[in-house]
Amino acid sequence: MELKELFAKGKFVVTSEVGPPKGWQIEKTLEEAEILRGKVDAINVTDNQSSVMRFGALATCHFLKDRGFEPVFQITCRDRNRLALQSDILNAAAFGIENLLLLTGDHPLLGDHKDAKPVFDLDSVSLIHTVKKLEDGSDLAGNKLEGEPPKFCLGAVVSPCAEPLEPQLFKMEKKIKAGAEFFQTQAVYEVDKFVKFMEKVKNFGIPIMAGIVILKSVGMAKYMNENVAGVFVPDNLIEELKKDKEKTKSGQTGIEIAARLIKELKPYCQGIHLMPLGWNDKVPAILSQAGLI
Amino acid sequence: MLITQLKPKEDLLSFISGEKVFILQCYGCAEVFLPKEEINLFLEELNNSGTLIVKNIISDYLCNYEYTKLRINLWAEELKKSEKIVIFSCGIGVQVVSTILNQVSSISHQSPVTSHQIYPGCDTLYLNGFQGLTPFNFDCAQCGQCFLNYTGGICPLTSCAKSLLNGPCGGAKNGKCEVAGPAGIVMDCGWEKIYKKLETIGRLDILKEVIKLRDYSKR
Ligand code: SF4
Repeated sequence: MELKELFAKGKFVVTSEVGPPKGWQIEKTLEEAEILRGKVDAINVTDNQSSVMRFGALATCHFLKDRGFEPVFQITCRDRNRLALQSDILNAAAFGIENLLLLTGDHPLLGDHKDAKPVFDLDSVSLIHTVKKLEDGSDLAGNKLEGEPPKFCLGAVVSPCAEPLEPQLFKMEKKIKAGAEFFQTQAVYEVDKFVKFMEKVKNFGIPIMAGIVILKSVGMAKYMNENVAGVFVPDNLIEELKKDKEKTKSGQTGIEIAARLIKELKPYCQGIHLMPLGWNDKVPAILSQAGLI
Repeated sequence: MLITQLKPKEDLLSFISGEKVFILQCYGCAEVFLPKEEINLFLEELNNSGTLIVKNIISDYLCNYEYTKLRINLWAEELKKSEKIVIFSCGIGVQVVSTILNQVSSISHQSPVTSHQIYPGCDTLYLNGFQGLTPFNFDCAQCGQCFLNYTGGICPLTSCAKSLLNGPCGGAKNGKCEVAGPAGIVMDCGWEKIYKKLETIGRLDILKEVIKLRDYSKR
């Protein structure tokens, strides 16, 4: 089902994500998805996440769909030019994939093939525009498609705690104009900042799912503060992680923090998107502590 | 400096027709190629169409920052009287002039000359084996579809690591790009610079206008 139908029904939408393996044996990833069965509305599949080469997102989405999950196919502009992107979008339509998340993508220099050619033939905005054109029955060059045009629900991303925020906002507006129908955000740890962001984008009238990344350790929090754009883990959360080393190591602290954040964010947004980064087994506990299942 | 061709006339006219314009032509590398004849024909047409050409300057090497800065001070009066500035040069010339004009206006307390009034008259094309002469920190990608009028005179192709055309990627942290530039030099996020520039000149509206796509057949 397209996520926009759930938003239209007024449902608080919950998504999580899986990252395909470095290799072709996909079983473990599918097992991770099994943990989420019945607990989330859809599962994002990342596209060579962090510019690290992996099994493909499209094939993973296909496997998920086959097993009755609702996949969100993430597509970045880093690795494919406009021909390959359009082609993969048509492939997705044939596999019955209904939800796309269209992103610019990290630079290859951040990943494990630093010498790769950065493609970025399109960017997130022109990629959304391209899917819209396909939906209208022609390709980006204006050539007519044969048969039924594909139909999707188009997602995009925004970084609500970025500083400065304004450049993010104008790009967000551009994505909406191009055809974005919902947003998933970068990880949020500062509720007040998120609330201010929601205030600013209120009149865009578009469903927004707050991003949640489970905090695994003090080191991870500090790393994100130094290296990840638009993510700031406040000191009080770092203190909380420091307090009980065993509890943090077992994931309990991360679960509690994530569940608390969800409860605090829920009144302000239309859904949440969990990014467990391998900690899928913690997702059910988070959702139940947050009162969502 | 590089090979250039006149921008589509309709684009130029939609920007300047009926206005008071200041024309700046760079003959610095004219021996390489500047479409002089076409420019002159175009200017004649302009003259006949009720557009006032306040001044038509032919200069050498606009890419020479110090030299161009001195000369621009000499034209302060005419610049003040002009509503639009069209620069027939390569992308470097446009970037240099647009940078200087913003500074000059703050030095001499004139009404600010803002880069939304500046329009590149040419698209700079790739010229095999010829990489330009500028010794300064400006870079032209010779893309053949100059975007400088849309980005406040800052080239999105050379100032953004991903050469994005429709806004920042969300990878900038503390104003710095998510990746280091050539030779590991940390670079400022080009799109944050573009945003700031357009904010300063009060033209953020341009950014929201259209979806830009690169035309690789031109390069
Ligand atoms: S951080 Fe800024 S300069 Fe770097 S790739 Fe993203 S938009 Fe371009």
